Amino acid sequence: MTTTLINTVLLLMMAATAIGIVRSRNLFAVVILGSLYSFLMATIFLVLDAVDVSMTEAAVGAGISTVLLLSTLYLTRSEEAKPIHNPLLPLAVALVTGGLLMYGTLGLPEFGSPDSVIHQHVVPRYLQQGPIETGVPNVVTAILASYRGFDTLGEVTVVFTGGVGVIMLLRRRWRSDRKRSEK
Amino acid sequence: MRGYLVLRVIAKLLIPFILVFGLYVQFHGDFGPGGGFQAGVIVAAAVIFHALIFGLPRTRRVVPEWVVETTVAAGLLLYIGVGIAGMLLGGTFLDYSILLHDPVHGQHRGILLVELGVGITVAGVMLMIFYMFAGRTRTPHSEK
Amino acid sequence: MNVLDLVNYWIAMMLLVTGLYIVIARGNLVKKLVGLSIFQTSVYLIYISPSKILGGTAPIVAPGLDLYSNPLPHVLILTAIVVGVATIALGLALVVRIHEAYGTIEEDEIHAQELDAE
Repeated sequence: MTTTLINTVLLLMMAATAIGIVRSRNLFAVVILGSLYSFLMATIFLVLDAVDVSMTEAAVGAGISTVLLLSTLYLTRSEEAKPIHNPLLPLAVALVTGGLLMYGTLGLPEFGSPDSVIHQHVVPRYLQQGPIETGVPNVVTAILASYRGFDTLGEVTVVFTGGVGVIMLLRRRWRSDRKRSEK
Repeated sequence: MRGYLVLRVIAKLLIPFILVFGLYVQFHGDFGPGGGFQAGVIVAAAVIFHALIFGLPRTRRVVPEWVVETTVAAGLLLYIGVGIAGMLLGGTFLDYSILLHDPVHGQHRGILLVELGVGITVAGVMLMIFYMFAGRTRTPHSEK
Repeated sequence: MNVLDLVNYWIAMMLLVTGLYIVIARGNLVKKLVGLSIFQTSVYLIYISPSKILGGTAPIVAPGLDLYSNPLPHVLILTAIVVGVATIALGLALVVRIHEAYGTIEEDEIHAQELDAE
């Protein structure tokens, strides 16, 4: 019961932060609110026993993402223009989608019950055989690196490709740029 | 940041500890929360911290661009190398059980090497993205 | 399901819809990317919420504990978080280049410049 209550309080704080991001037009405030949002999300992950995910979200969301957004704001401008379109159609689309999703949550399992379908089939095998077969007590690392190793290979390739893409877009040859501007 | 003495002293004291913590998270990812991704981001954050306090040109001298570019590719190469080593020793691609005398120890060594590869690539990519963004100068269009 | 569980799920859905609204209703490119990041993070929450078992603990096997939360969604979301930040970084690099080419990052002004150029 206390877990659910703490969860609800943190989720309400996150909802307030999200509404702040929608309404604010100063982009610097939007970036800082986004960092706060990531930090609250990391805390919720910790309450939900997802310790690896919490550490990753805190480091990546509240750290790297904020630094990159602030660098972009330094290179471009930091005020959002007044919206000139009528927000009625996007609001209607958002509300209809929200209504359908909320209707869908009625089919989700009860929060925290150990009998729901996702805890059967393959997960008890991972939890029992994982430390015995791989010698690694952290089951998340064992699944990530050994049982689902191909997914992790694909993911490292995606990160590598993202890095190469950013290099291709933003690399500047320092000396040749200076020569071209002198001509 | 040249005049802020407290920030410079604290940065010089903290950066080694942040790097050691990153290595701790990397190698204790088997026994506690942690692993490759988190450690890579923590190590990149330590170097970004250095760049924020001491200026980008000085950080470029400490960690040059060619080192960062090499780490971006080296991590992925290590991961695929572990897979191919499994094939060369007689098993299938990414088969860790073959790597040592005993399947359990082989799995453990395979997981350790693979997480190291992931950590190296993630650290390199995060740092490279920061270098690209921070090294770009503002154009005349930018905010006056 | 009691009311408190439903409220938890509904707030997560509301966060998703807020991210979607920012992406489709706002014209500033950086704000759209922040909205996309909110959308992604709420999807992580929707994945991780059903994996919690009340009375369980983190999925790190230790002697003396026998009820662990489900580790499989954690693995999927770990990958998703890092891929998400690579995507956002690429999007921000594109925003920087667009600003250098057009002088603005507002969608309407870029569209107007493109129409004038034709």
